[in-house]
Amino acid sequence: MEKQEYLDLYYQMVLIRLVEERAAQLYQQGKIGGFLHLYIGQEAVSTGLISVRKPQDRIITAYRDHGAALNCGIPAKEVMAELLGKATGCSKGKGGSMHMLDVEKNFWGGHAIVGAHLPIAAGLALGDLYQENDSVTICMFGDGATNIGYFHEALNLSKIWNLPILWVCENNQYGMGTAVEKASAVSEIRQKAEGYGIPNRRVDGMNVLEVRKNAGEVIDKIRSGEGPFFLEIITYRFRGHSMGDPERYRQADEIKKWQENDPIGILRNVLIGEKIVTEAELDVIDAQVEDEVQAAVQFAESSPDPEPEALFENVYAGEYTDG
Amino acid sequence: MARITMREAISQALWEEMEHDPNVFIMGEEVGLWGGTYAVTKGFYDHFGAKRVRDTPIAEAAIIGSAIGAALTGLRPIAELMTINFAFSAMDHIVNEAAKFRYMFGGQFTIPMVIRTVGGGGRQLGATHSQTPDAVFAHFPGLIVVSPGTPEDAKGLLKSAIRSDDPVLFIENATLYQVRGEVPEGEYTIPLGKSKIQRPGKDVTIVTYSKMLEISYKAADQLAKSGIEAEIVDLRSLRPLDMQPVIESFKKTNRAVIVEEGWKSYGVGSEVATRIYENAFDYVDAPVKRVAQKEVPLPYNQQLEQMALPQVDDVIQAVKEVL
Ligand SMILES: Cc1ncc(C[n+]2csc(CCOP(=O)(O)OP(=O)(O)O)c2C)c(N)n1
Ligand SMILES: [Mg+2]
Repeated sequence: MEKQEYLDLYYQMVLIRLVEERAAQLYQQGKIGGFLHLYIGQEAVSTGLISVRKPQDRIITAYRDHGAALNCGIPAKEVMAELLGKATGCSKGKGGSMHMLDVEKNFWGGHAIVGAHLPIAAGLALGDLYQENDSVTICMFGDGATNIGYFHEALNLSKIWNLPILWVCENNQYGMGTAVEKASAVSEIRQKAEGYGIPNRRVDGMNVLEVRKNAGEVIDKIRSGEGPFFLEIITYRFRGHSMGDPERYRQADEIKKWQENDPIGILRNVLIGEKIVTEAELDVIDAQVEDEVQAAVQFAESSPDPEPEALFENVYAGEYTDG
Repeated sequence: MARITMREAISQALWEEMEHDPNVFIMGEEVGLWGGTYAVTKGFYDHFGAKRVRDTPIAEAAIIGSAIGAALTGLRPIAELMTINFAFSAMDHIVNEAAKFRYMFGGQFTIPMVIRTVGGGGRQLGATHSQTPDAVFAHFPGLIVVSPGTPEDAKGLLKSAIRSDDPVLFIENATLYQVRGEVPEGEYTIPLGKSKIQRPGKDVTIVTYSKMLEISYKAADQLAKSGIEAEIVDLRSLRPLDMQPVIESFKKTNRAVIVEEGWKSYGVGSEVATRIYENAFDYVDAPVKRVAQKEVPLPYNQQLEQMALPQVDDVIQAVKEVL
């Protein structure tokens, strides 16, 4: 790995962290509405995965999507503008926190119905297989999503059709307030992939370098035509399920224990400890991100709301008369 | 009379019926430890225990399907779908199984189950999480569809729903949980499938239900200031649909406006208007008007979302047009 690649991983994780922290504040100020699911604590997962994707590889995820959106290259200002429902947001203010998407960045969303995007991901991979594109689809979802039928239908399909897809379960220990062991027949989620004959690995999701290494290896396999692969990535969300979660289902010391494994802190220690970069270099990045996020908030706040006409735009691609 | 919130009224109905009949039990996502995502079942888990307050995985088809199965054995499950938007993931079990089994198998058994769920928009949750598809479910014979607009009705109707031997879809509205109203002391039930005059008047009939009852009241208050006395009929149940109070009111006022939160096309208003024409054609003094949601998926941006939803002014405008 080049030094710049390490710095970039660090930059992206800090960017996600800060965007999320600012989003939480804006939510409390009433500037962001609806549901807001923060990615704080899980930054290493999407950052590691997406750092090894090629431009032709598609990314798709659930509603906890700001991290993946930023990793895919959607500018922070467009993410922020979407959170504020502005016309300059990546979904033009019509999607909000849970529904971000940018085709040009090969980021296919942002999906709020649990599990519903897994069959769609299989379809993206089918499209690439069919058209003989050299692409892999990377589909991320929560541990809770592995209990809904969509998951099982999609995994099965991906295997029988040998689809070029990487299934990534972000096992953050809970689906809302329900612990994995209470909701899933097997608490080692990768065993579910086993049931469909899909090769799999369990990876430490607090270490971005581990995620990156494993993702890189298995994406190569998929690209070479070996069919689907399944990664279970062990992680933890430091904040509530969404804003306003009373968090009655877990203890403060459990959260504290995981926070000692902060993915940003871990990377920082590795980079400084192995003398790959100096502390000062990382501090410069911190300051840059600070400015970038500040500018993003300013951009979002000063951006216009969508025009009233936007309400009726894009219901259909064609023109029809009804009435 | 006690003045309580809609949330308390629903919670009381559940509590009383759980105390009253050991065969009544609750299952759904986050109903137990969390206390219900809208805090309706707060305290239930501690009081009734894990056997009768069952947290489920995120598996809507399994929730509804297993509730049907349990009902077939004589239990009275109350299956909760966190929101009505997730009912689509259980659509087959709701409309193909729950609604049809008794008829199709020659009346050999009953299906005494309740599906409790929450619908409605206006909270910036975006297109997938803001729907009011009540009419879709009311389309299916074999299903009872109830949607109360006041705490009194919510409590009495939910108790009847739990005691009913037919599958009932009980649709609440998230923006009504804090609304307060008078509720009779002590035990009472309200029969399913009965509309009610919520506000007497003589000049125009407003037919509505659920959240739109609140909007219609506000419109009626303003109309009263200019001397127009609107009579408000609350449908309370969409199937069976009790038209008698509507027709009686219409024969008096000769004018009607139907207000619903869902889309206009193929909606509740279409059904009610047609039945007015079929049953009281000679009394029609003006074309019946429908006030409903604009025909678009609901956007996240607050202004756009409010533009799409029926407002007090839309009701006033419609009333003026029929007068
Ligand atoms: C079909 C469906 N059912 C329920 C919900 C409500 N809901 C949203 S997120 C969530 C928990 C999902 O947990 P998990 O898959 O582990 O993802 P995480 O939130 O931990 O990232 C639930 C129950 C939903 N959005 N869609
Ligand atoms: Mg989870």
